[in-house]
Amino acid sequence: MSDSDESGGESDFYALPGDLMMWILIISELLVFGAGLLAFMAMRVTDPAGFTAAQGHLNATAAGINTVVLVTSGWLAALALKASEAGQVARVRLLLAAAASLGMLFLWIKGMEYAGKAAEGINFETHTFFTFYFLLTGFHALHVLAGIVILALVGWKASPRNLEVGTAFWHMVDLVWVLLFPIIYLLR
Amino acid sequence: MKYPTQKIALMYFAVALGLFAVQVSMGLLIGWIYVSPNFLSEVLPFNIGRMLHTNSLVVWLLLGFFGAAYYLIPEESERDIHSPFLAYLQLGILVLGTLGVVVTYLFSLFKGSLLFGFSGREFIEQPIWVKIGIAVAAVIFLYNISMTVLKGRKTAITNILLLGLWLMVLLFLFAFYNPANLALDKQYWWFVIHLWVEATWELVMASILAFLVLKLTGVDREVIEKWLYIIVALALFSGILGTGHHYYWIGMPPYWQWIGNIFSSLEVAPLFAMMAFTFVMVWKGRRDHPNKAALLWSLGCSVVAFFGAGVWGFLHTLHGINYYTHGTQITAAHGHLAFYGAYVMLNLAMFSYAMPILRNRDPYNQVLNMGAFWLMTAGMAFMTFTLTFAGTIQTHMQRVEGVDYMSVQDQLWIFYVMRFGSGVAVVIGAYILIYALAFPRREVVKAGPVQSHKSAETPAE
Repeated sequence: MSDSDESGGESDFYALPGDLMMWILIISELLVFGAGLLAFMAMRVTDPAGFTAAQGHLNATAAGINTVVLVTSGWLAALALKASEAGQVARVRLLLAAAASLGMLFLWIKGMEYAGKAAEGINFETHTFFTFYFLLTGFHALHVLAGIVILALVGWKASPRNLEVGTAFWHMVDLVWVLLFPIIYLLR
Repeated sequence: MKYPTQKIALMYFAVALGLFAVQVSMGLLIGWIYVSPNFLSEVLPFNIGRMLHTNSLVVWLLLGFFGAAYYLIPEESERDIHSPFLAYLQLGILVLGTLGVVVTYLFSLFKGSLLFGFSGREFIEQPIWVKIGIAVAAVIFLYNISMTVLKGRKTAITNILLLGLWLMVLLFLFAFYNPANLALDKQYWWFVIHLWVEATWELVMASILAFLVLKLTGVDREVIEKWLYIIVALALFSGILGTGHHYYWIGMPPYWQWIGNIFSSLEVAPLFAMMAFTFVMVWKGRRDHPNKAALLWSLGCSVVAFFGAGVWGFLHTLHGINYYTHGTQITAAHGHLAFYGAYVMLNLAMFSYAMPILRNRDPYNQVLNMGAFWLMTAGMAFMTFTLTFAGTIQTHMQRVEGVDYMSVQDQLWIFYVMRFGSGVAVVIGAYILIYALAFPRREVVKAGPVQSHKSAETPAE
């Protein structure tokens, strides 16, 4: 029996870009956000009118702009990975800096949104809708923050493998937002 | 045994086994109080017996972990323990503290004294002087093993073990912090035992299981390490915020209900991964190790931990369900099977593996040991089922129908009788196991040609 046979199915794991641990993290995160969104939708069934009324207080336009901001940032990060594979370190850093700046813009817009809610006197306990709104978008915002740090780290040590790991996380943050945005802000 | 200082583990295991006997005997006694509530009510009130049952459990599990560390670290780091003297000093402090606790509890000494009296918070009732002793012993331990690891070979197993033990000791420091605000008191209180069992002890468990599987199956270290990192990542990801399921009804903000809900549901994942890990590694095994008892305990540990901690934990972790089941016999069912599966069986796996080597004998008394495995595990499973049924009825009568507590308890009497019966099986199993590990010198049942052939060609490692 050769060595490659020994590892059996595990060899497929090594074909994943970046590091296996990042994929474990991504799957775990998707499970958490997925469970949160499912619980949100289940709770909405118990009080559709209350949820619709609460949703009326959200700023869907700001969130829509934020979607464009984050997806663009993801595109820049993907370009950075391409540049890293071509060995253009300066270009990698420029693109990552742009991606991270858009991440900060996202957080600033998000912060304005939260400030607006606070001005209206809306908090965690106003309605179950807002418990989920603050939990899910807040938890996501923390991941944007973590993602910016990760982009900075992989920009510092800009090997293609590190770029794969860092941008995989950043795309996960993207993906989660693209799921949160329609379900929380738009779906009626 | 490759390194002389591994012998330190034997003393730890011996004290742990002694406390194990105390713990299960006390369990049987308080199990009888459920059947006949006035039993010993003057001499040994239920709350004292229960304190001894839970405290001695935690202490012997910790002694087992310390012993396991002293056994496996020299082998992994390829060098002797930094200071055997400190290791024995640490044991001495812990034994003194344990005796102090037992005497203080039994005779209700120094009532009200801050330094010498017991301090009332469940599971961390120990008088302050004992807590200080535990902290000092823990620091000695961390110093001793960290120095050993730093000077020697670093492996994933020792890294994870050290991470788990360091975090465990840091979390113990919250036992000293007791804010006057009851909600805050509870918030920090959950950091001690429960963040242990849901986070740091899981790291200890994963690394000890990895060591046992490495020795027993001979699978490549690289493969085992990959699994180990995945299990640890899952355990920390789910376990830390998963402890939020203790924050449902203690006065914490309500968003903890959803955080606890979601993350604690995922706590099943690392437990399932550990079960998959042990079975896949045995399947891929390159070695037919003669110590079948240790292998049985290792596999059993991962399975019963999955059911006890994973399935029985998930049973009442969602806050919509926990609203009704909180503090009923459902909790007792989960507590018993989880502690038995995850941490008791883990320690017994390590004892079954290491004690024959430490006592310089080939694996022996496999039959007695494995008989004890089945008696204890079957008893514990039966106990879990009876308590689960009792808890289901209790939840319905008390929490749904609103019948008063004591009337419900009367209705549960038959379950408590059955639970006592299963407890007798567990205790007999425990005594047999302790005897099998500590006393006989030969196998009680003569092995057939296949098994004796294997034992002859594969020396114990």
